[in-house]
Amino acid sequence: MKTGIKKVYGYLARFETPTDLYKAAAKVRDKGFKKWDAYSSFPIHGMDAAMGLGRSKLPFFVFFGGMTGTLTALALQFGTQVALYPTIVQAKPTNLFTIPAYFPVTFELTVLFSAFTTLFGMLALSQLPRMNHPLFESEQFKRVTDDGFFIAIEARDPRFNREQTREFLSEIGGSDIELVEEQLS
Amino acid sequence: MADATTAKSSATASAGQPQLEVLEREELILNNRSYAWITDRICGIVENRMPLLWWIIFIPSAIIALLGVGGGLTYLVSTGVGVWGNNNSLMWGWPIVNFVFWIGIGHAGTLISAILFLTRQNWRTSINRAAEAMTIFAVCCAGIFPAFHVGRVWMAWFLAPIPNANAIWQNFKSPLLWDVFAVSTYFTVSLIFWYIGMVPDLASIRDRAKNKFRKFAYGVLALGWRGGNRQWRHYEMCYLLLAALSTPLVLSVHTIVSFDFATSVVPGWHTTIFPPYFVAGAIFGGFAMVLTMMVPARKIFGLEDLITMKHIDNMAKIIAFTGCLVGYAYLMELFIAWYGQNKFEWAAFAKRIGADEDSPYAWSYFVMMFCNVVSPQFFWFEKCRKNLWVVMGVAMLVNIGMWFERFVIIVTTLARMWFPGDWQYYSASPVDVMTFVGTIGMFLALFMLFLRFLPCVNIAEVKWTLLSSNVHHDEMEEAKKAAGAKCYEADGEVITGKRTGGNC
Repeated sequence: MKTGIKKVYGYLARFETPTDLYKAAAKVRDKGFKKWDAYSSFPIHGMDAAMGLGRSKLPFFVFFGGMTGTLTALALQFGTQVALYPTIVQAKPTNLFTIPAYFPVTFELTVLFSAFTTLFGMLALSQLPRMNHPLFESEQFKRVTDDGFFIAIEARDPRFNREQTREFLSEIGGSDIELVEEQLS
Repeated sequence: MADATTAKSSATASAGQPQLEVLEREELILNNRSYAWITDRICGIVENRMPLLWWIIFIPSAIIALLGVGGGLTYLVSTGVGVWGNNNSLMWGWPIVNFVFWIGIGHAGTLISAILFLTRQNWRTSINRAAEAMTIFAVCCAGIFPAFHVGRVWMAWFLAPIPNANAIWQNFKSPLLWDVFAVSTYFTVSLIFWYIGMVPDLASIRDRAKNKFRKFAYGVLALGWRGGNRQWRHYEMCYLLLAALSTPLVLSVHTIVSFDFATSVVPGWHTTIFPPYFVAGAIFGGFAMVLTMMVPARKIFGLEDLITMKHIDNMAKIIAFTGCLVGYAYLMELFIAWYGQNKFEWAAFAKRIGADEDSPYAWSYFVMMFCNVVSPQFFWFEKCRKNLWVVMGVAMLVNIGMWFERFVIIVTTLARMWFPGDWQYYSASPVDVMTFVGTIGMFLALFMLFLRFLPCVNIAEVKWTLLSSNVHHDEMEEAKKAAGAKCYEADGEVITGKRTGGNC
């Protein structure tokens, strides 16, 4: 038994199947909760709608990342080959119209910058990486990456209420309902 | 499977429904395995002791890698690049043969991961992880050759776009520099794709870890993944975007590698068919390598329920198809050399195929033709696709054949360049052979380490393909029964017995 200061993180409830989780999520959404999440070991299709979430904003960022790549590549090539040090090799001209020769590198850098934006954008949007999380305090939550399906409603949600939320979770079919506490010190 | 199908169709017939035969789709995961079983089986590989066969493959390949790559390259650097058998006219020699060979192997990984993902081919889920790992390791092997082939390897940074001491910049109009960008981008993006795909599975291993060290190591690698839908939402978008980026990327890489040849004026290289032909060849060779690695791995680790005969069958069909593409390219290249009436081009080809008195490498052309064009034709027959020995045999032949394809292109052309005074017979030096064999050892050893320490099948995606993972599964089953239909579209729309298409 750990002692010290604890803070309530929220309730964690387990569901049997992806379908149960999906149906329960829609009910949590309709109840008006905002700070909550449905956990599963694989992405459940249709869950975004059931949770009332919109489309990920990631493509928006990636577009600008990719454009940065394109511009970097063009600046690098025109800057060095036309402005800084024009070298004529194999009688290939160096001027503003030599752009076909610059397509491959431009393409590659566009892809490279987009991929990095995708990676870091995804991590930033899903608030990763982080090593600790209150949910890791729960022993049953280990099953989330195996065959567990969970809903966690956080205490910072304005509608959170110790008794009612617990009841609500069991009403919508949750089992093993657990109050997860964060260890502060 | 067969019994169930027959029973169902007779039931439909008696209900007075239309009699058209509906083909059931073969299951991707056999024996109705549960989520826990899948996690257990795949994480079990990482957690349990390795079988004897693993050690039998790992130890020799690690030794070969150390001696071949470590020893071979140390000797090369300390002595000079002359220890490689690159004769004057053949300064491209083996190093570039090996480079193009290895970079080609990698292509199947990205193809399976990206293109099959975009085309919603769910059968990819069981094999994509291992194929992506193969990509990474193959590109590592590939990188060694051009890096050391430049002669003074400590000057390899000259390839990077930084001005050198004389403020001279790289020539961005050269395909060799395009190659640097293409290969390094390919490596980086493949690595990101591979790693991001692995994060949820690394979290599975973290959550099962018993000892502190494992918990910490896999915890760091899993980035604190929790599998919340708010994360999955961005994760899936990220995966989709990476797939969309990798698809043109994988096609561009081998296209650009082929530009090294095609943009020159050298007979035998100056060919517009090279870009598509190189890409088809890379996919062909890459799939053969996937089979070479996965058929034994499936056996050793008991993954028969996840990597089914259906998967192997599909890969065999892709090999048969790309083999025909490659065969078409060989013949078309030859036809154009003859029909184009360019006497230098024809001279190069006549020497390649043995139609000239002086054609010392004709043997390699026929090895290539036999391995790449003749041997995949076995896959027209279902019996051959279902026999693992035949599958392995053909895959091995294709691996050999694809190496010879690059050998034919590079060596037969360079050994008979413009001046007959330069003509000589090219043979690889022992250091050449040692380094190449070393990279094979390195590839195998890295692959074995991958099987040992990382989840070799994509756990999350495999779970996703189970029927029960579809939240509308029960409703669809009921609606199906009510309508007397046998199948439904993916979005739940019921198809009555009349249609034979759809997602059955």
